[in-house]
Parts: sequence; structure tokens; C-alpha cells
Amino acid sequence: MEIKPVAGMTALYGSQKLKSVISKSADGFFIGIYNVYLFIKRFFRQVFSFPFEFKETINQCYQVGYKSLPLISLTGFITGIVFTKQSRPSLSQFGATSWLPSLISIAVIRALAPLVTALIAAGKVGSNIGAELGSMRVTEQIDAMEVSGTKPFKYLVVTRITATTLMLPILVTYTGLVGMLGSYLNIHQNELTSFPAFINSAFKTISFLDIRSSIFKALCYGFTIGVAGCYQGYNARNGTKGVGRAANAAVVLSMFLIFVEEMVIVQFVNTIR
Amino acid sequence: MHQNIADKEVVISIQGLQKSFEENHVLSGVDLEIYKGENVAILGRSGSGKSVLIKIISGLIKPDSGSVKVFGKDIGSMGENELQAARLRIGFSFQSSALYDSMSVWENLAFPLIRNKKDLKKSELKNLVESVLQDVGLMQTMHQMPSELSGGQRKRIGIARTLIMKPEIMLYDEPTSGLDPMTCIEINDLIIKVQEQYGTTSVIITHDLTCAKHTANKVTMINEGRLLRPDTFEVIFNARNPEAKKFFDYNFIT
Repeated sequence: MEIKPVAGMTALYGSQKLKSVISKSADGFFIGIYNVYLFIKRFFRQVFSFPFEFKETINQCYQVGYKSLPLISLTGFITGIVFTKQSRPSLSQFGATSWLPSLISIAVIRALAPLVTALIAAGKVGSNIGAELGSMRVTEQIDAMEVSGTKPFKYLVVTRITATTLMLPILVTYTGLVGMLGSYLNIHQNELTSFPAFINSAFKTISFLDIRSSIFKALCYGFTIGVAGCYQGYNARNGTKGVGRAANAAVVLSMFLIFVEEMVIVQFVNTIR
Repeated sequence: MHQNIADKEVVISIQGLQKSFEENHVLSGVDLEIYKGENVAILGRSGSGKSVLIKIISGLIKPDSGSVKVFGKDIGSMGENELQAARLRIGFSFQSSALYDSMSVWENLAFPLIRNKKDLKKSELKNLVESVLQDVGLMQTMHQMPSELSGGQRKRIGIARTLIMKPEIMLYDEPTSGLDPMTCIEINDLIIKVQEQYGTTSVIITHDLTCAKHTANKVTMINEGRLLRPDTFEVIFNARNPEAKKFFDYNFIT
């Protein structure tokens, strides 16, 4: 016997299906948040407990810090030059090109150095961690560590998150200096400003709060990049597809959270200022 | 060929083991006792739950219900430190070998020793690594990376990395999968040699009947989440169970 559709049945079925999809997505989102919370909690429990993986942490600091220097140097230098070039026309309209060093130093130290460094690190380091741990997970190397009496979470995750958290402030400081160098070279080329005059003008407007907030941002970004990369990689599933997904998700999630943190920290610092 | 089982001490005791993954009931009441010095082969089709079973034995997966006792202690209720200590007595040879691909063969073998025996001297470490490499016949690969090894070599290095800790129990997950017949014979001989030389108790998960026939004292088969009563290969091979008959009919034995 043919069942004739009641008016609105299709609409009702469609809305129920939509509700089911939304409900599953919401469940997945909140479960994901809770799992990340447990992951971070586990990190803090293990980072301060014996034994400490000093050798592996130093190795990871080398991988995160030293190996990122060439890319960070180039990016920071270009950022300094480009920002100077772009700012000059607006200031020269008011005859205020002497303010360039101050403007650049505020922009670089407060915002550009932490943000540019973090975005570069999210792409380079975050994807590397996500892919490496993801590959280890799907090929059972993490399971092999576990059954051989090693604590893989401590050896792989704690060391990497510690390394990214410690190295980002150093890299941000380095980016700031390289950015200022790029800016100086451009200003010297155009306005023939001497180096001592540039330094004097640049750091006249920088306060200790600017430097502290920049370092604090770097610590937050470093921690975020480490957690995002390790969480995605450590929980990768489904073979090579899962490894690719983990690397991609590590970068996307890091970048998204970096911008959110930037917004929050800037609001907080401006309130203090 | 096989070592006499003089000591009837039960080293692995599994009772009423159940494990499901969502709607898939992989293990539905597994009972098994393994005695010290035995090689027990567990046969079964792909996806029948063999790997899940040995991962539960090693504590990598938690069961839904039932008990798994290793050396008289329930693996499921052990704390982190107790489980870590128990794992030092259990060796696990993975199907994919699971060699650390960022480390050389030497570093792969030294890794568990460096992690677990902090006061080992460099000379002692060197001797242990070279000794186990000689046992598996791969001294020449010491400084090679895992990507430079053949499938059979990776398998043997994986076994060597497990043996270096001198475990009392060896768990083999499909030790001959993906290997040519000649290399399979070498792996089978190695499993027997390990039992004779190290006195280990072994659980061999396989669908390779030749491996089961040549390496195991007792054989059982997993079917619909349960194990047949373990017995010799010939008894299991001639079992009246229709699923077992179908499994054996579709395999060749040498």
C-alpha cells in the first residue's frame, strides 16, 4: 500500500535531520573542548613531575628555535622594511618622518614581532609537530614506546610544548631586533638618520609594559602552538589521511587561537595602560 | 624443537574478556590460560579481534569486562607505575615493526635500555645491543635507518628491540605478515630460537598456518569473539567447528 505523504512531513523530516546534524556537531565541539582540557591538565601534571626529560627538551628547543632562525630572520627583516616604506608617505604629508622610528618600534614590539613570529611558527613548527606525532601514532611507534616502559606523553608531548613555550619569547625578541634593523636600513637610506639617533628615537616611546606584554603574548602563543600541534598529532587516526589532517588542523587551530589571544591580551593591556 | 614445559606456572590468565567498539562486539567472553615457557598461537580471520586481544594483554587497550591477569596481577586495575613495571617483563612485536623512523637501528635498540636502565655503562650498552643484533643476524645494519631496511629486516630488528629488555613474555602481532615464504621461515625459526634461548612465554597472533604449526606448542582459534579450546595444531586443524574448517580449507600449509 502506498503511503501518501502528509502535508509538511517532508519539512518535518528535514528539520529533524537538521537538528540531529547540529546536535552532533555541538556534541563533537564540546567533547573536543573537554578533551583538550584533559590534555592540558595531563601536561601540567607531568611537566613538574620526575623524571625530567632535559636532554629531549633541549633537543626540541634546538628544533623549534635554532632551525626557525633563517625563516624568522627573513620575515622579520622584510616586515621592518615594508612597514617603514608603507608608513612613510602618510607621515611625510605632515612633515613628521622623524617620528618613523617611534612608530615602527611601537608597531614592531607591541604587535608585529609577536604576531608574525607566532604565525610563522604555527605554520613551520605546528605542522611539523602535528605531522611527526601523527605519523608516529598511526605507525604504532607511540604504542611501541608505551609497551617498552617509556612514558610517551612525557617524552614526546611535554618536551615539545615546553620547547615551544620557552623558544617563542626568544624568537619574538630576535624578530623585533631584526625588524628594527630592517627599518633602520630603510630610514637611513631615505632620511640619512644615524644609528644612535634611530635607537634613541625608537626606544623613547617604548615602555616596560610594552616589552612585558610582548613577552607574555609570546609565551601564550608558544604554548598554544605546542598544545595544538601535539594534541592533533598525538590523537591522529586513520592512516596517512589522519596524519595530513592532523598537520593541517594543528596550523589552522594555532592561527585561529593566536588571533583570539591577540585580541584578548591587547584589550587587557590597554585597560592597564 | 620446542622446549619442555617443566613448570606449570600460569603467566597469563584471561577470564570472561569482552570488548566492543561501538556496535562491533570484537571479543565476547574470551577465556585462556597460558603457562610459563609455552608458545601459544591464536589463529583467526582478519578483523576477528586477535590484535585487540594482545593489546589488552599488554595494557594498551582496556577491556569492557572480564579479567586479564599477567604474573598473577590484573592488568586492568594496575596503576601507571605498576603497569610500567609489568611492561618491562612483556615484549611486544608489532605487525608493522613500529621502529622509530627518526633513529638508526643502533638507537632503536639502545632506546629502551637508556630509558629504563639509567646506570648502564656505555660499554655494557654496546655489548647488549651487539649481542641482540647477532642473535637476529643483523650486525651489518647497526648504523642504518629503518627506511633502508627490508620488511624482513625491520621485523627482526623489531623483535630484537623487544628482546633486548629480556622479557619473560613475548607478544607477536602477525610476525610473518607481508613477508615472502623464505623470510617467513627465518622469522619462525627466530621465534623458536627466542623461546629456547631466552625461555620466554610467547603469544603469537597470526593467520599464517605455517607459522602456527612450526612455532606453537598449543594453538587456538578466535571465532565470533570466543576462543576454541587450545590444543595441538593437528587437533585444532581437524576440529569439527564449521568456521574453523572453512578457515583451514582456504589456507595452504607447508
